Amino acid sequence: MGAEQSPRIVIIDESPIRAAILQEGLREAGYTEVVHIAETQSLLSRIYSLDPDIIVIGLENPSRDSLEQMFQVSRAVRRPVAMFVDQSDAASIQASVDAGVSAYIVDGLKKERIKPILDLCVSRFNAFARLQDELDRTKTALEERKVIDRAKGILMKLKGLTEEEAYVLMRSTAMREKKKIGEIAQSILTASELLK
Amino acid sequence: MSTPLQIGFIPLVDAAALIVAVDRGFAAEEGLEVNLVKEVSWSNVRDKLHIGLFDAAHLLAPVAIASSLGIGHVKVPIAAPFNLGINGNAITVSPSLHAAIMDEIEGDRYDPMATARALARVVAARRRRGAEPLTFAMTFPFSTHNYQLRFWMAVGGVDPDQDVRMVVLPPPFMADSLAYGQVDAFCVGAPWNSIAVDRGVGHILHFVSDILVRAAEKVLAVRQSWSERNPDVVAGLVRAAARGAAFVEENREETARILSEPNRIGVDAEVIRRTLDGRLKISPDGTMRESGRYLLVGREDAARPDPVQAAWLYAQMARWGQTSISKDALRTAMGVFRPDLYDAALGKGARAVQSRPAAFNAFAGPPFDPEDLTGYLASFDVAKRA
Repeated sequence: MGAEQSPRIVIIDESPIRAAILQEGLREAGYTEVVHIAETQSLLSRIYSLDPDIIVIGLENPSRDSLEQMFQVSRAVRRPVAMFVDQSDAASIQASVDAGVSAYIVDGLKKERIKPILDLCVSRFNAFARLQDELDRTKTALEERKVIDRAKGILMKLKGLTEEEAYVLMRSTAMREKKKIGEIAQSILTASELLK
Repeated sequence: MSTPLQIGFIPLVDAAALIVAVDRGFAAEEGLEVNLVKEVSWSNVRDKLHIGLFDAAHLLAPVAIASSLGIGHVKVPIAAPFNLGINGNAITVSPSLHAAIMDEIEGDRYDPMATARALARVVAARRRRGAEPLTFAMTFPFSTHNYQLRFWMAVGGVDPDQDVRMVVLPPPFMADSLAYGQVDAFCVGAPWNSIAVDRGVGHILHFVSDILVRAAEKVLAVRQSWSERNPDVVAGLVRAAARGAAFVEENREETARILSEPNRIGVDAEVIRRTLDGRLKISPDGTMRESGRYLLVGREDAARPDPVQAAWLYAQMARWGQTSISKDALRTAMGVFRPDLYDAALGKGARAVQSRPAAFNAFAGPPFDPEDLTGYLASFDVAKRA
């Protein structure tokens, strides 16, 4: 970044984990002035006191409309414009939208200084999405495991089967009905609830 | 061969014609394979339309105009060949502000002149005792909600930029913010006023049709350049939306059911039904109010874009300092609303574009005259010129 002063970056994000990932990435890249705003309360006064050069906000964040209003009416805040305003770089806009990140940039900040920041935000947003995905999958797998275990227990009790036999019965039923074993287990649980 | 289209919308009842057109298969019958994308902010809808991720969008009419003029954002000329809704908004106030206004009111509680004057007295009393200014929420800087609120309170002498706070909130957050005391009032589209009343946190003070008899609310928006390259797709979309709009009026029960789906508006069908019927519960105590003008979708020629409506919206942008007046800009603004595309699609022939200033019938102020915007605007005491 040369001798130029590090731009002030504000991250507006309700997810503390994603904000931390982003913050860490920016700091590693040498951007020292990065602040995370978690809550939407008193957003304008926070932004005013921080006077950022760049504001990063997720596209899924409903506060984007409120932000735009602030920029419209405020004489205090230097008026930032959405990065979509610069349409010369279609590929990077596409990448941002795919990653679900948008940025507001104060007029006057040089384009070559903005690009690496945006690229970094995009890659960190994507990294977070992958992480989230993995977490969701693990959670689902864990829950399925629990359901299968409970269904096994019911079969063992009702039909006097061993654990192994109960599992084989569910698996063969799943194969015959072209369903997942988790679905079969869930219907066993539902049925046993109904027959209680 | 079918044409795949991405169309963005915000969960509001005035997206009904579009949603029904897709979910009842009218769009498919026009050879359009539409993927409706539910969005969380108007900024997203606008940006995705601008950069081509959306081919069309359910859009605030003033945003279509602001985009075409390059006000507040990048300039992308928009064409609106179909009007998705006329009216449909309401002003909802907290129980305490409602009580304060009713204490001060002289005359009919449904008369916006009476409520505007009462509001002015409430505002003055608060200032005298050093209370915080009232906070009014609306949905976007370039929105009918913003202009309707401002028009109404300014008639009573309340300056929206000096005497109260105007803030923006996404429609689904309005009721919560009223409940938690973050705002004192809001103007939003259906069904979010009814949601606040049902939760006991708000009173509907006005239907916006009290303020203006007829106001263009949302449009079906496409990029102008795209519409020129895809005239047949635009025509098909207009025909599908027109069938959707007719269906909405004729089959309200089924429409309410379709809109209630989680991937559409995702609120109770009964609440949506009330807004389609214009028969709204306006107070938590169960008081009902009925109006044939609450939300017009497929009746009274509501779907045909009226350029005079665009002129009125442009005049509001000028009145409140969002832009300055120019003949060229006025022409551009009026050119966003495309009755020609509507007529071409529906085979109604070239009807003369009707200017119907009389249709405005605002509850105060002079008759609207797009030929003399400067004179029209000069007649208002409260304004904020650019």
